[in-house]
Amino acid sequence: MPDKIVIREVGRTFDVKGGVFAALDRVSLDVQDKEFLCIVGPSGCGKSTLLRMLGGLEHPTSGILTIHHGEADRPLTAMIFQEESVFPWLTVEKNAAYGLKVTGTWRGPESVERVDYFLEKTGLARFRTFYPYQLSGGMKQRLSVARAFVTNPEILLMDEPFAALDEQNKLLLQQELGKLWEENRGTVVFITHSLDEAVLLGDRVLVMSSAPGRIKQSIPIPFERPRTLMSLRRTPEFNRITQELWDLLRDEVERARAEESGRVAATATVTINAESAG
Amino acid sequence: MWIVSPLALLLLWEACARLGFIEVRFFPAPSTIFAKLWELIGTAGFWIDVGTSLRRMFIGFFMGAIPGLIVGLAMGLFRPVREICQPLVAALYPLPKIAILPLILLIFGIGELSKYVIVAIGVFFLMTINTFAGVANIPAIYFDVARNLRASRWHIYLTVALPGALPGIFTGLRVCMGVALLLLVAAEFVGAEEGIGYRIWWAWSVFWVTNMYVGFAVIALLGFLSAYFVDWLERRFLPWQRRQT
Repeated sequence: MPDKIVIREVGRTFDVKGGVFAALDRVSLDVQDKEFLCIVGPSGCGKSTLLRMLGGLEHPTSGILTIHHGEADRPLTAMIFQEESVFPWLTVEKNAAYGLKVTGTWRGPESVERVDYFLEKTGLARFRTFYPYQLSGGMKQRLSVARAFVTNPEILLMDEPFAALDEQNKLLLQQELGKLWEENRGTVVFITHSLDEAVLLGDRVLVMSSAPGRIKQSIPIPFERPRTLMSLRRTPEFNRITQELWDLLRDEVERARAEESGRVAATATVTINAESAG
Repeated sequence: MWIVSPLALLLLWEACARLGFIEVRFFPAPSTIFAKLWELIGTAGFWIDVGTSLRRMFIGFFMGAIPGLIVGLAMGLFRPVREICQPLVAALYPLPKIAILPLILLIFGIGELSKYVIVAIGVFFLMTINTFAGVANIPAIYFDVARNLRASRWHIYLTVALPGALPGIFTGLRVCMGVALLLLVAAEFVGAEEGIGYRIWWAWSVFWVTNMYVGFAVIALLGFLSAYFVDWLERRFLPWQRRQT
């Protein structure tokens, strides 16, 4: 299959007080067309930065990031964010239609049907005239999933979309997302903290290292679809893969932690010195 | 329910006046004031005063609010505009507008224009600040959603910045209504031949205390009605806001 996204030696630095912080360092990866790629990594490993670059919200400071644009009448990417991102001033229906309207791909009755289809799929059809303040957190997140799917993007970008939800809602939404994707296959880059989530949804899971963010390892996920977490958990293969991912990740989390406490210790020393000098 | 506490206050006042606890030459009983109000409502002069004040207030209000809205939005959206305007606004806003009333009278004369201008100046700054705050407080995530979908600049202004700033704009409108009334009455105290403010001042100069109170009551009522009007507009235009009922 052809590569949809090609990332070569991409770096991103931010100017911070007293120096330069490298969020990403020489990251190279390819994402195939219609692949569901999950990325896991410790906090601060730059995975969100990478996703924002793909979404056109950030630019690399070095390296090359190429996305192969197939069809002109589809938006290139649609992002689903972790925070609440549905517009409070639009009704459920208008939120779902927003992407089509704003990208100039609104096609009348055909688009109305498309909006209806995804509202139905996300269980929001009955709430089409509601405003977001009348919805629960889970419903709002389903609405942002619907808004992204409605635009029929070439690439779906998801930044821990279910992290802020309670466990039950999360389980249901993961399941629904998996189903939606199987029915409307496209390229997906999905960032998560949850190893279960990554293995449940992904064709492949990338583990990133932290500060500066690098790609540490790529693990293919062999399970047949449709998958459910409950049936996956019964297989030894699932346990082997999550164990492998956790081993990779644990090193990184521990390293990140050590660095953080090192930083804190360093500041503490400086303070103490300043005090003794004063 | 909201009627209970004002009514209780009026009843207390009435009782104190009748029992002689307060000096009725300075604090006439509410019943006396309402009787006078009723009497004056039947006169043409009363309506000329009210009409004149309302006209001045609304013309001045729009003269200030529309430019304020535009400048506030521009400051929120365009960095250069923000960098130019912010220090100016910060320096000029705290100046009490009443303090420059003599200057306004000097420049615009004693006629109608000076009334419009003083109201407009007060409203302009408040509207600018509140609109700017409205745009600045829109969470960045909404702009990210639009930018990610490659929405055009105009689409971003119309579908994110403007609706997102509306709550701030309405806060501005509400505050401005009060300030417009305040500045207008002050301006009518000095150099006016008609208007509620003028009528209060005149009542004081001839020591018709009850007429003065009628003026207060009319102003209080106008303040109340304008606040109510803004609330009504807000309910119509911002049905998406969670509100306490």
